[in-house]
Amino acid sequence: MSTPRAMRQPLALRLTSAGFLAVWCLIASFPIVWIAVMSVKSPVDAFASNPLDVIFGPATRAAGNGLSLLDIVVGLVVLVFAVRLALNWLPRMVSHYAPGGQMLFGWIVAATGYAVAFVIAYFVILPALLGLLNPVLGPLGQPIIGLTTEHYRAVWVDNAFYRNFINSMVVTAGVVTISLTVGTLAGFALARSGSTVAFWLLIVALGFRALPHSVLVAGYLPFFVNSAEILRPWLGEAAPTLYGQPWAVIAVLVSINQPFTIWMLRSFFQNIPNELDEAARVDGCTHFQAFRLVIMPVMWPGVITTGLFSFLLAYNDFLVTSLLLDQSNQTMVPAIAGYFNRETTTTDQVEAVAAAVSITAPLFLLVMIFQRQIVSGLTAGAVKG
Amino acid sequence: MKFKTFAAFVAPSLVMMLLFIAAPLVSVFIGSFQLHQPVLQEVEEETCTPGFTGQTCTTTIVTRPLIDESGNMITTTDWVGWTNYTRVLNPEAAWAAVSSLDWSALMQIDFWAALRFTLMFTLVTLPLVIGVGLAIALVVNNAAKTIRGPVIFISLLPFIITPVIGALSIRWLFIGDGILTAGLEAWLDRDLALFAQAWTIELMMMFYRVWHVAPFAFVIFYAGLQTVNQDTLESAIIDGANRFERLRYVIVPHLAPLIVFIALIHLMDAYRVFEEIVGFTSQAHVISLQWLTYDFLQPDDSGNRAFGRASASSMLTMVGIVVLLIPLLRRTWRDHKGGSH
Repeated sequence: MSTPRAMRQPLALRLTSAGFLAVWCLIASFPIVWIAVMSVKSPVDAFASNPLDVIFGPATRAAGNGLSLLDIVVGLVVLVFAVRLALNWLPRMVSHYAPGGQMLFGWIVAATGYAVAFVIAYFVILPALLGLLNPVLGPLGQPIIGLTTEHYRAVWVDNAFYRNFINSMVVTAGVVTISLTVGTLAGFALARSGSTVAFWLLIVALGFRALPHSVLVAGYLPFFVNSAEILRPWLGEAAPTLYGQPWAVIAVLVSINQPFTIWMLRSFFQNIPNELDEAARVDGCTHFQAFRLVIMPVMWPGVITTGLFSFLLAYNDFLVTSLLLDQSNQTMVPAIAGYFNRETTTTDQVEAVAAAVSITAPLFLLVMIFQRQIVSGLTAGAVKG
Repeated sequence: MKFKTFAAFVAPSLVMMLLFIAAPLVSVFIGSFQLHQPVLQEVEEETCTPGFTGQTCTTTIVTRPLIDESGNMITTTDWVGWTNYTRVLNPEAAWAAVSSLDWSALMQIDFWAALRFTLMFTLVTLPLVIGVGLAIALVVNNAAKTIRGPVIFISLLPFIITPVIGALSIRWLFIGDGILTAGLEAWLDRDLALFAQAWTIELMMMFYRVWHVAPFAFVIFYAGLQTVNQDTLESAIIDGANRFERLRYVIVPHLAPLIVFIALIHLMDAYRVFEEIVGFTSQAHVISLQWLTYDFLQPDDSGNRAFGRASASSMLTMVGIVVLLIPLLRRTWRDHKGGSH
């Protein structure tokens, strides 16, 4: 069907529109791409004022770290091959080996295993192999783009950034599981009950969402620091100091996240027809059985989407974790603040850049895999509610 | 659903919210009228140094915190009325500055400087986020179907990135002779130091915030654009409306509820501006209300945290957000009442 003439756009408008789009894409991606490029260059190159120097990295290359034409070609081929393997071969293996009800678990095992295998093959075996091949090939083996992984090694191995990574993972995993468990129950009840209490609960939750987090932390801190003494009359010697406890932080983040979670889950539950749980009730299910056996199996898209946003909140948090966790036991995001505050040499700065890219990489993967869910989550609250 | 079942389903979530949101609010409110401080005692100390003829001894009186058997500082909690608020607001100095119309004197007081920046930041970024988001949505809606997916992917990146890291990534483009500073210097043919004064830092912060939030507005507007009534658009064309008039009188009214929604969310989030201060390390030049509370909560050199002042400043922060949200909430309330009748 051709567009009617009146709807057709003049060339100038189309060009402006395309131009604006191109500029936006450039602005949106440039800072992120640029820090990724900076992180693999020696400090002199990373902070050079000529952009070409930053991209090609002459000083990095002069230090003997670089990629030759051969490296680039082989690297790209292996990468394409790995992606195709992940898209075709992996799903087949999972559906073949995972028993019927354990698909999710099977996927977790398969994805973790594949990721580890890929990292070993791509960053250990391949460089060693190419290191043998490059000198033999003459001009093809000469480095043309400077590239060094020393900053990543400094951050992850020398500065033990993996500890912060593990802390981050513990906190995010805890927040996602608990807030989904608690949130789905509440979201379901709020979607199915039309009472005034439910309405007011939602309004109060909206009010809670507006609270600046520092207000809440100002409420927790005095209690958390002295909790051992305050709780002693009830708990005796077992009274814990809540300050610095990962599970206290998890509880705090779950609660801060609750208002948003129940709003979003409620709008997903509203999309599931009422008749479904009524039918289950007629068949003799209790409300909870109907919820667990009938509603939850069709709720996975909504749960995954809400889980993604809980993940983002916990992963990106700076304020709560930096104030409630001990300086020596931080998650990744507050830990990086330590890097750029102490930056004295340019090497420190590039290490901070490498740490920043390390934090961003999982998020990048997340958008790549879950783009559709993120979009649907963003629109769920607005368009329907 | 019976009330009992409803209560059972909602209980875990409600308990968590009461325990970790409502209870801290009450304790902050109470804490803002209290002052915790270590009990101090004055100790006479004699220090002697060997001299040529004999020891030189000096006696000084030093104040030391009182320590109990287990080695902890003994602290007292006093009810101090409005003292914490007065110390945060500094009303006398503020009033003196206002009555002599001395703007820079008023900006010397942390709270007023933070309030000024927070409000300006919120109100300047709000129309920009809505405008840029709407523009991207219209342009993407206009683009070929095949490139929409990749464009949405790229657009989501600034939204999904950790706020502190996002602010840092912008900062690294500009800091010192960063790549964009160098570019600007070559273009304007003058030397620039973007981190030396407040207003350039504020500009960069606002740029960062728009860059970070515009994708969110874009995705929502884009979803809204898919449901624009094509018949209304066609009748508008028949009535002779040009492109701009169609946008102004058909598309924007259709998106109005979404604009209110985004404004609501953005007001809540922008008022909490905090990560930018951390990312741009701007506390020497610019601070925000939430950063002020954060700063009070950080332990000082002797390990004390100013809980009283932190509570007072966070209560004041809360008053601010309530005032900001009232017009929008009233509108939502009226819509809700209007919709239900």
